[in-house]
Amino acid sequence: MFKPFIGSAAAGGTKWFLRDVFGIGVILSFACVGFVLFPNNLSLLTRIVGIALLVLSLDLITGHCGVATLGQSAVFGAGAYLAGIAAVRWGINDPLLMIAFGAIGGAIVAALSGVIILRGHGLTQLVLSIAIAQMLQQIANKASAYTGGSDGLAGIDPLPIFGLFVINLWGRATYALAIVLVVLVFIFLRILTRSPFGMLCRGIKDDPVRARAMGASVRGTLLKAYVISGAVAGMGGALTAISTQVVGLDSLSFQLSAQSLVMLVLGGAGTLYGALIGAVSFVLFEDFVSAANPFHWLTIVGALLVAVVLFAPKGLYGEAVALADRMKRDRL
Amino acid sequence: MVQTFFSIAVDAFAFGMVLFVITIGMSMTMGLMRVVNLAHGAFAMIGGYVASYAIQALDFGYATALLIAICTTIVVAIPIERLLYRRIYRAPELTQVLMTIGITFCIIGIANYIAGPTLKIIPLPEFLRGPVDLGFRSIAAYKLSAIAIGGGVAIALWFLIERTAFGVYIRATVDNAAMAGSLGVNAKLIYAASFAIAVGLAALGGIVGAQMMPIEPYYALRYMVMFLVVVSIGGAGSIRGALVACLLLGAIDTTGRFFVPEYGEFFSYLAVVVLVSLFPNGLLARAA
Repeated sequence: MFKPFIGSAAAGGTKWFLRDVFGIGVILSFACVGFVLFPNNLSLLTRIVGIALLVLSLDLITGHCGVATLGQSAVFGAGAYLAGIAAVRWGINDPLLMIAFGAIGGAIVAALSGVIILRGHGLTQLVLSIAIAQMLQQIANKASAYTGGSDGLAGIDPLPIFGLFVINLWGRATYALAIVLVVLVFIFLRILTRSPFGMLCRGIKDDPVRARAMGASVRGTLLKAYVISGAVAGMGGALTAISTQVVGLDSLSFQLSAQSLVMLVLGGAGTLYGALIGAVSFVLFEDFVSAANPFHWLTIVGALLVAVVLFAPKGLYGEAVALADRMKRDRL
Repeated sequence: MVQTFFSIAVDAFAFGMVLFVITIGMSMTMGLMRVVNLAHGAFAMIGGYVASYAIQALDFGYATALLIAICTTIVVAIPIERLLYRRIYRAPELTQVLMTIGITFCIIGIANYIAGPTLKIIPLPEFLRGPVDLGFRSIAAYKLSAIAIGGGVAIALWFLIERTAFGVYIRATVDNAAMAGSLGVNAKLIYAASFAIAVGLAALGGIVGAQMMPIEPYYALRYMVMFLVVVSIGGAGSIRGALVACLLLGAIDTTGRFFVPEYGEFFSYLAVVVLVSLFPNGLLARAA
């Protein structure tokens, strides 16, 4: 079966550019709507953005590269912890520097663990990714001199952004930082996935044997993508650390990895937009339902997951696009 | 010194055997239907709940409750197999993982709704409570029984798969489902029967191991990773592989907990990474 490596997204010069400008406009207007609707709960919105960065990073490595991982919290938590340690232990309190530290932490852990995880395939890959995330959680628990252990790393006190915008309980400055960050990351990932590198990633996902036969280095390409993905997730972790001013062991948990995968599949893997939609709808819905009863929430998520796998394997965004395409074709 | 070593060895052996009884079914379904069933632990949990209810609320004896629990779990599982699992056999791993995590979440939520978040106790019968004197040492009777049940399950499964007509059908379906089908083997029936056996064994393991792995709603999630790890190290569908993997991991886990408890499960997971990297197809995998 012949599958062209160049997806339809690459076709049409200015069309996709306009569409992306429109997409970013939609993201920004949603950010404004959130600000207007929940002015007293901006920390929740900032948490959503942090999680959205994690899901975007997962979309890059799982949705675009086809790497099966249930350990993405490892890079998210590494970013959160390195940013937190930089602030609490080394006195580096500038939020932008903390985010840079988060990216570095995520990238380093991704580079080290990627060498091991990318050796496996399918089930082996899943188990390796889980085991490495669990090991990291144990290390964070044990190295309490640096990480605060099971009490969490408290006392993160970020300076004003650019020395101007004070980070306080209202969280307006943090929210603005979060939105700028996620838009920049989104633009970067959009360019990356459209680049020849991104096409090579999708080619490897579709058929690694053929990609290798073309002369591409499969493992090298995947490792690069994994490091980039780690940096993105690490920034999400750092953002969460800045916003909540504490880093806990749960940022390295298996539950977080599993949840981020659920969000990605719910929104639609391999589209970036799907990652954002999945993260936003999942966390908002969770906040809404689990306030009533956390166990009902678990039942609903489970049922939702089964339903998505059976009836909407492309996720919310993917199915919506497919529906729109079908309607357009019917009209012609 | 010898005393400590002996008691650790017994604990490790008993724990490994319980692990084996629970996970061998998961390994079977993975070898036969090519499905990564992360909800397997949830079925063990259902078995534990039913047994606890049957003994404590309905006053059944231990053995009767065991049978009731296993049958109930199978009755619950068959429609799930028919409606949900059958659609994801041989699907990509990630799809299966998502679906079975979803099923696990549902079962956890429902278990909590019905039984509440508290720990459920399965009282042991009189003859399993005390220690058993082996002449030179004494061992807790329930540990001995867990070891015996694990051994019995291993032998019975080996006999079933290698020596009976049903086992021939299973092996034929594993090797080539289409060919076996054209020779008159009803693959769907084989799948359903194997799934029932796997789930029944999970329930048995959940009840027998309730002293070591207490029954509560998050049981299914708490041990999910451990079960998955055992199966992937043992290799799909290999009884010997699963047995070796369970005993090995049981030993590593128990010794680690005893000697370096402050490092938690770090060494277990380190061992997992090393083992999985060295044997990506499992320790003693059947050639695919």
